[in-house]
Amino acid sequence: MSDNAQGGTAAGGGGLATRWVELVVALLIVAGGAVVVTDSLRLGAKWGSDGPEAGYFPFLVGSALLLSGGWIVANVLWRWRKLASSVFVEWSALKPVLMMLLPSIAYVVLIKFIGLYVASAIFIGAFMVWRGKYGALPTASVALGVPVALFLLFEIWFLVPLPKGPLEHLIGY
Amino acid sequence: MEDIGNLMQGFAVALTWKNLLFMLIGILLGVLIGVLPGLGGANGVAILLPLTFSMPPTSAIIMLSCIYWGALFGGAITSILFNIPGEPWSVATTFDGYPMAQQGRAGEAMTAAFTSSFIGAFVAVLVITFLAPLVAKFALKFGPAEYFAVQFLTFCSFIGMSREPPAKTIAAMMMGFALAAVGLDTVTGQLRMTFGHTELLQGFDFLIAVIGLFGLGEILLTMEEGLAFKGAKGRIDLNIVLETWKKLPRYWMTSLRGCLIGCWMGITPGGATPASFMSYGMARRMSKDRDSFGNGNIEGVIAPETAAHAAGTSALLPMLTLGIPGSPTAAVLLGGLLIWGLQPGPLLFVEKKEFVWGLIASMYLGNIVGLLIVLTTVPWWAAILRIPFSIIAPVIVVICAVGAYTVHHNMFDVVMMLVFGIVGYFFKKLRYPLAPLVLALVLGDMAETAFRQSMLLSGGTVGIFWSNGLVGSIMTLALVLLCWPLVSAGLDLWRKRLRAAESAADRTPEPAKAGKP
Repeated sequence: MSDNAQGGTAAGGGGLATRWVELVVALLIVAGGAVVVTDSLRLGAKWGSDGPEAGYFPFLVGSALLLSGGWIVANVLWRWRKLASSVFVEWSALKPVLMMLLPSIAYVVLIKFIGLYVASAIFIGAFMVWRGKYGALPTASVALGVPVALFLLFEIWFLVPLPKGPLEHLIGY
Repeated sequence: MEDIGNLMQGFAVALTWKNLLFMLIGILLGVLIGVLPGLGGANGVAILLPLTFSMPPTSAIIMLSCIYWGALFGGAITSILFNIPGEPWSVATTFDGYPMAQQGRAGEAMTAAFTSSFIGAFVAVLVITFLAPLVAKFALKFGPAEYFAVQFLTFCSFIGMSREPPAKTIAAMMMGFALAAVGLDTVTGQLRMTFGHTELLQGFDFLIAVIGLFGLGEILLTMEEGLAFKGAKGRIDLNIVLETWKKLPRYWMTSLRGCLIGCWMGITPGGATPASFMSYGMARRMSKDRDSFGNGNIEGVIAPETAAHAAGTSALLPMLTLGIPGSPTAAVLLGGLLIWGLQPGPLLFVEKKEFVWGLIASMYLGNIVGLLIVLTTVPWWAAILRIPFSIIAPVIVVICAVGAYTVHHNMFDVVMMLVFGIVGYFFKKLRYPLAPLVLALVLGDMAETAFRQSMLLSGGTVGIFWSNGLVGSIMTLALVLLCWPLVSAGLDLWRKRLRAAESAADRTPEPAKAGKP
């Protein structure tokens, strides 16, 4: 999504231009509508022998998506000049957003390999040191305290298992 | 009256020690959720839902609904002390609440906010108590066409009442419907839009969407705004509370208006957020000194808070009686009921009487308990907000991941939660409303089933939706609401022309010219 949207740099000045983001999102909605419509047609969107076919209702939904997406596209293009000065997000403000988003993605990937508890400890700890510039003691207490509290709450009291990795296997879970 | 007796029995259910304890825990958790950015009524309840599966349903729903009341209360604290709306419906509270806090009247503002929240909720519960059984009885006669009509009305009123552009409302809603259609079609057994991916067989769970859209999306937004908590001191003592309570009766008109707007917007799903804005706007327009609004007028706190709570509470009425939630949080509660095997709808009032009335009784008690708790614990919550965001943010992301995982014990859901978070960030910034997306995702299957059944009955003509007076008038009302943006745009244009014509008439005294625009 962001690759396409970066075309708006020049127009927006200090940030991502709103009109490009608007346009890309609206085009994605149109594309989504197209996917829904095609799949409904594959399933059959007509009246079958025993009533409406499986694609009957989704076809209507997909068409509405297509229409509303197209409406937004037209609206953005219509106001293209007017929107020129509007900035979706300034580059300086995008940085903290990415600094939140990218570690979150890494965190979810990590859960797959080493389990949720250890991944949470690493994620919280790294974030506190990196963003908050905290010392060892406060970082360790939050980064270890939260996973331990979660462990007690979920595995022991409520008996709801969460994803576990090698460390938990080591202590017998 | 029979209902009063039922309600008394409900109090007997709700007033056990165990349920009172759950109520207390629920309120405390709720206020915490309401105070923290990124956690709100909808996703807070969604995250905590799996933890309640082992509880008896009545206790569980009492706790969950109390979380909701707590979140409604909590939103006001951050708005007044920090000028940061913890919840979207408390945005309007910041307009006058924060100036009051800056003038050293934080205690007064918070007492007014909590008390008006309580009054709003209380009136809404009264409405539920007396209206819900009637609606349920009425709805017993509903057929599939009527059900579809009511759902259609729900969605049309979103389009008509929304503050967002109608095209975007429709797009968001249709995305919800499309996502709801993914997976196994229960009628024909065909796979829809799975494209060979087994993860998609189950379809998308709206709880995941709620956690991502409102949780992670909100965190990303907060990061962008670069929150620096610089708050006023929040102290409340008994004196301030009593002083404020003495003043409040003077503003009964504002309260009453807030209650009416709130109940109306909650039952016809407009939701708490537009209700709070509408009530604020009305209070300002009706007030004698309009200029003091925005500079710390206590009415500017009373009006939005009353309406937001009245709307938030009355959103449970259509959820209980028709199975159609009026807000995302009500939708999450509905999801919970379904998991416990309770099918919300008119039959619930016949088959699970003790549950329904226990819940309604707990609404009365929960709000009283909530008011007392928030009045006594404000300083603690203010202290929580002083914890820096670089600690809170990763912890909330962890909580969201845990919440997403526990819904189905599935890693794919956690990935989807991330995706929904990113979508939520873009949608929020581009003014695509999230509530219709969530409601469409919840109601998608139900709406489709009702639509299919009506079509089967009629043999494929839409005439069935006008086959009798009831369904016909609901459908017509829905269509009017659907076209409302067009109508109001037309009215605006007409008014502008009229004004232009009037001013033209002022300049040229001949009346003949005024008629021609």
